[in-house]
Amino acid sequence: MSKNNDYDAIVIGGGHNGLVAAAYLARAGKRTLVLEKRHLVGGASVTEEIFPGFKFTVFSYVVSLFRPEIIRDLNLPAHGLTILPLESTLTPTYDGRDYLYRDGDHYQTLRNIARFSQRDADAYDEYARYMYFMAKAVRYILGIIPPDPTTFNPRDMMGMVDMARHFLDLPQDQLYVLAKLMTMSAADFVEQWFESEPLKATLSASGIIGTFLGPRSPGTAYVLLHHYMGEIDGAYRAWGFHKGGTGGLAETLARAARAQGAEIRCNAGVARVNVRNGRTVGVVLENGDEINAPLVFSSLDPKQTFLKLVEPTALPDDLVNAVRRFQTVGSSGKVNLALDRAPELACRPGVGRHLAGAISMSPTLDYIERAYDDAKYGNFSKEPYIDVIIPSMIDPDMAPPGKHVMSCFVQYAPYKLADGEWTDAKREAFGDAVVDVLERAFPDIRSLILHRQVLTPVDIERIAGITEGNIFHGELNLSQLFFLRPAAGHAKYRTPIKGYYQCGSGTHPGGGIMGAPGRLGALEALKDGA
Amino acid sequence: MSNNYDAIIIGGGHNGLVAAATLANAGKRVLVLEKRDVIGGAAATEELFPGYQVDTGVADAALFQDEIVQKLDLRRHGLTFHESSALLFAPQPDGRALTIWRDQPRTVAEIARFSERDAAQWPAFKQQVEQMTGLLRGMLLLTPPDLAGLHGGDLMAWGPLALRLRRLGGDDMMELMRVLPMATQAYLDEWFESDALKGALGGSAVIGTALGPRSAGTNLMFLYQNLGGLLNHRFVNGGIGRLSGALAAAAQARGAVIRTGAGVDKVLIEGDMEPTAVGVRLDSGEEIRAALVLSNADPRRTLFGLVGPTYLEPEVMNHVRNIIYRGTTARLNLVLSGLPQFVGQTDEAQLAGRIRVSPSLDYLERAYDASKYGRYSDHPYLEIFIPTVHDRTLSVNGDHIMTVTAQYAPYTLQEGDWEGQREAYTEVIMATLEAAAPGIRSLVRHSRAFMPPDLECIYGLTEGSIYHGQMGLDQMLVMRPIPEWSRYETPIRNLYLCGAGSHPGGGVTGAPGYNAARAALG
Amino acid sequence: MPLPTPFHSRTSAVCDSYEWRNWSGYLSAGIYEMSHDREYYAIRNSAALIDVSPLYKYEVTGPDAARLVDRVITRDVTRQRVGQVYYTPWCDTQGKVIDDGTVSRLDTNHFRVTSADPSARWFQDVGYGLNATVTNVTDDLAALALQGPLSRAILEQVVAGIDFARLAYFHLAHGTVDGFPITITRTGYTGDLGYELWVRPEYAERLWDCLVDKGSGYGILPAGIIALDVARIEAGLIMLAVDYVSSRHAVIESQKSSPYEIGLGWAVARKKGDFIGRRALATERAKGSTWGFVGVQYDWNALERLFADEDLPPHVAGRASRSAVPVYEAGNPGRHIGQITSHTFAPILKQYIGIGTVLNPHAQIGNRVDVEVTVEFKRKLCPATIVPTPFFDPPRKKA
Repeated sequence: MSKNNDYDAIVIGGGHNGLVAAAYLARAGKRTLVLEKRHLVGGASVTEEIFPGFKFTVFSYVVSLFRPEIIRDLNLPAHGLTILPLESTLTPTYDGRDYLYRDGDHYQTLRNIARFSQRDADAYDEYARYMYFMAKAVRYILGIIPPDPTTFNPRDMMGMVDMARHFLDLPQDQLYVLAKLMTMSAADFVEQWFESEPLKATLSASGIIGTFLGPRSPGTAYVLLHHYMGEIDGAYRAWGFHKGGTGGLAETLARAARAQGAEIRCNAGVARVNVRNGRTVGVVLENGDEINAPLVFSSLDPKQTFLKLVEPTALPDDLVNAVRRFQTVGSSGKVNLALDRAPELACRPGVGRHLAGAISMSPTLDYIERAYDDAKYGNFSKEPYIDVIIPSMIDPDMAPPGKHVMSCFVQYAPYKLADGEWTDAKREAFGDAVVDVLERAFPDIRSLILHRQVLTPVDIERIAGITEGNIFHGELNLSQLFFLRPAAGHAKYRTPIKGYYQCGSGTHPGGGIMGAPGRLGALEALKDGA
Repeated sequence: MSNNYDAIIIGGGHNGLVAAATLANAGKRVLVLEKRDVIGGAAATEELFPGYQVDTGVADAALFQDEIVQKLDLRRHGLTFHESSALLFAPQPDGRALTIWRDQPRTVAEIARFSERDAAQWPAFKQQVEQMTGLLRGMLLLTPPDLAGLHGGDLMAWGPLALRLRRLGGDDMMELMRVLPMATQAYLDEWFESDALKGALGGSAVIGTALGPRSAGTNLMFLYQNLGGLLNHRFVNGGIGRLSGALAAAAQARGAVIRTGAGVDKVLIEGDMEPTAVGVRLDSGEEIRAALVLSNADPRRTLFGLVGPTYLEPEVMNHVRNIIYRGTTARLNLVLSGLPQFVGQTDEAQLAGRIRVSPSLDYLERAYDASKYGRYSDHPYLEIFIPTVHDRTLSVNGDHIMTVTAQYAPYTLQEGDWEGQREAYTEVIMATLEAAAPGIRSLVRHSRAFMPPDLECIYGLTEGSIYHGQMGLDQMLVMRPIPEWSRYETPIRNLYLCGAGSHPGGGVTGAPGYNAARAALG
Repeated sequence: MPLPTPFHSRTSAVCDSYEWRNWSGYLSAGIYEMSHDREYYAIRNSAALIDVSPLYKYEVTGPDAARLVDRVITRDVTRQRVGQVYYTPWCDTQGKVIDDGTVSRLDTNHFRVTSADPSARWFQDVGYGLNATVTNVTDDLAALALQGPLSRAILEQVVAGIDFARLAYFHLAHGTVDGFPITITRTGYTGDLGYELWVRPEYAERLWDCLVDKGSGYGILPAGIIALDVARIEAGLIMLAVDYVSSRHAVIESQKSSPYEIGLGWAVARKKGDFIGRRALATERAKGSTWGFVGVQYDWNALERLFADEDLPPHVAGRASRSAVPVYEAGNPGRHIGQITSHTFAPILKQYIGIGTVLNPHAQIGNRVDVEVTVEFKRKLCPATIVPTPFFDPPRKKA
């Protein structure tokens, strides 16, 4: 551990990408320091005991996209990685009286779907198969540095050729399904296969998570695919819950980083990056301390990386303009509930494993689309889409015995409201809207609530430090992906400032608890011989 | 049975006529079969009311390709254009109006009334749009590449375009790639602040689609609609039907035969292992044989209606079934006893171009919202032309003709049907017009409204989609009309698609017809 | 959770082994007794009662029903008589097999199709534009196979209205049992004399009871899937997801098979009109298939020696195995040429046999190959000969 304030590398932000980057840098022999503004690591992957005895997985709540190569490279199981299965999805109908249930019992799942549509049941396996193909096809993208298509640099041209070959080698049917996925709306894509509302709505809901778009907006099919790219133990599109919440994963990463020799300092917000003669020399903390390092990584979102941590005047205009217009408006909220006992569904009373999966408040496509309509004109959804999990049903350590915590991911809650700033009253009204929706499915939920935490994008920005509370650090749309993420010509983790690198979700391949930006950012810097 | 033709064109729309003339130019004996009594399809000028020549479909030929005009020598066949000084007139709810003039300084001054900042941005915006559209224009007359084979020849054709892209320089090329898939709202928000200006521009991005300005990919449509220059128009003197007339004359001059009132019932198919088109059967039962059949009907109508789904492999059938049509436009044609006075209008010349009721992007978006749930917009977006402002020969008694395209009118209504809603929606359009041009109701001499099912019935447009399939990112280029069949060929040998359902898509470009004819010639 | 079949009250009462299988989401007895020997010999020596209700069943009706079915399957429906049953595969556009099953022509435009996988969507897609309806009748029909040399004698005691002497192989007839209607097809999955019985679920238990009652004097015995598996390998009959992968489930091209590659080339009617996969199959037939379907008979003496080397008697009299084993060119262990996908000791033949796919031209009858055998954890090679299937083909099957 360094006694003085000189390091080889500093990572700004102790979120999961920052921790991954730090672990890789330390593994390469760099004396690495992670600087985290808050009192705990994790960023948007934190677990906190907001109400005594009840642990909330405050912001993010499930794991799927986390890259298996990071698990192996950093030997994460030895540091506590424990991903518990989360295999079922239950979708109550609007009135809460019926439901669609999908779980690992394949034939029963098909029968459940057939209750809504026999044709959908027949199509279900084929849909899953195509999504498997798609995940397999784009998996390649997750591991590569986006080549720049506009230069004649041999490495980039070869990169483009490799990529073209990879995709053109796909069977034609798969290639076109991929092309449709890149361009269609989630609703249109799903409607090519299915006709029954709960299934269509729940499948397309993956296409809107974290975006400021509705299921009928073109481009959302890509986001749907983004959420399908996850793999756990080699199985695509498997979802899991990390023991202890996503904060448990952050702590695992922190232990792994420390084991490689990295140092992590909390309560150490960075005020700015020190730049001298076009290259970085370290950072200045908010308390005025200076820490020196020839390498500085920002795992923060692009707006902070380029507009706040450094003087924009030190950067080319095109980059500054591109980052300014980078779409980052947050659209998601989170409601965490401490419950006196397990809640019961009206459509399926009792406490059982059906509560140990996801419960998706997405009865129809129009329901979600209407929720979006509210938001696009600057209101929170009167009847929002909610993705519910009950972490204490999966990991009993999350709440006192017999008590429960409920995690509700909510859309839409726009960062900017039409009628002015978010206020405490509006936040509570938003929380009430969520409970109203929950109550249709869980009739006695209101009487079970011991404590309620409501988080709007403004709160996500304030607490987790993400600009405009965008959980992906920027919309995942075609104009902001791959070699355009975060900006054309600056998509390879480097910045115009020598020694200053990006390693957050605002870079390729984007958001979600994936760790890929952290890994690729660190590896690119190491490749530079830094 | 007659067998005097090399090629039969099903449908005498402008693309069918372009294909006919192009094939005839190449020495083929061509027969065009048009179901209606007038040629031109949606590019027709019809005497809808005695004495009044109405452009019943499209009014503007700005996108029509000059290469086709020259190759087919259309000017010799009577084609002349008119360009008005006003490009766009946009009345606003606050009583003002925004006019975009062909003259740039005049436009800048006009925009400054709404926003000084936007006025300052305008020249750069126009330059960027026209730089991008300049590039895209090069794609119109190329056949999309075959991804399966990636034939050298294909890439050769696309080579010059790729080179031009390269020459753009890395930054501009990146910008094009960033901008193309965007939602128009996001794009316009980067440039402008004035609702009036953004609303007026935004109409171009959504016309004819079931998409709103916040829908990703609408920016491609925005650029497509401006391929002839930003907000530019080009009227055909005597009505757009004269363009179709010139095409017909060009074809006939080369020996093509055009039969109207000759609806095609089926494409005749023979061949055991490889189904091959050998001619057509008319509604009358008459059978006509030819070595080539080109269909100007939309892809689903062609492949399901004229061919029959059982000739298609199930995968192809599903692609055809999944084509997104979703017609959203209704049409109101009016004869007015005088020129209406629009709010904020100071000069008759302002009405000589395009008139657009679309005061903000949110207005457009809300109009779109209704259609998502199968309702028509209570406050529709209107696209209006008064061709008699610049061409008095179209009417009598000094009356004016006004064509109003109203959006959104979804083909499928959640409640009731269009037969029951026609009156109500016509009234919605009239009320919107009345707000934009107070007193217009008292000028109406004749009025006829066409709802999406009418467009389907009259013009054979599936679901009333004026572009023969939505122009979204997911249905462009190699995916238009369906994956694996984007090169005008069909699974039926010797049957080609030459309509707007094929690359590059809708609008009066002539490109699909021209490209298909060349593909059929091999 | 798997669902009970319409016979569950009867099968569960006699399923002493408690060994149930999940067959398409239904509870199916793997074996009733602790050993499958008696169940197997019931098939070959008396009569076995096998609950096959979990098969997917569809009815195709309407003016274009025959055209629809003809477009789906590889056999020629225009030549199928009312009352005739086809066993047939069906393919995708590339001529790769999706599934196989029986097609019963109940009337000119009324067909009943059985399949191993859900198929309604495919049938509907193939028939899009035709005036025909595809109905899933899986839960509307209970199905029971009665297989074995005495099956006819039992049915003659139980069923009224059918002349079994005149019910030809792969034909069907309608009759009554105890007053309720029944359809009987002379089909099965054992390669023996046998019938499949189709009734509405509400009559299932009565049918079972009648058969057991009248059949007890004929040695009738319920048999499970394990005994059935041995019999179907002896008969050289393939099974989806075991001997071939449906092209709808394959995740790589090489997993797919054409009918020619799984021994169903005889079921491809080359002269019939258009059907799905026709063009690809014609091309394949012209230039030859990559794979050939084979039956192999292991060289018993060699097999015995492999066991003897470990000081063991030949330990092969167990159940049929659905674990594929690799096949090598004879005497050339470096050259992998195929796989045996189902193999078993054939009790009636006293031979060890298997079916599988082998690269052409190695798939020729009489060709010698080496098949992998594991003895005492060690992988060894056993010489085997490619022989014609069925391995066991008693004249009574068609008599």
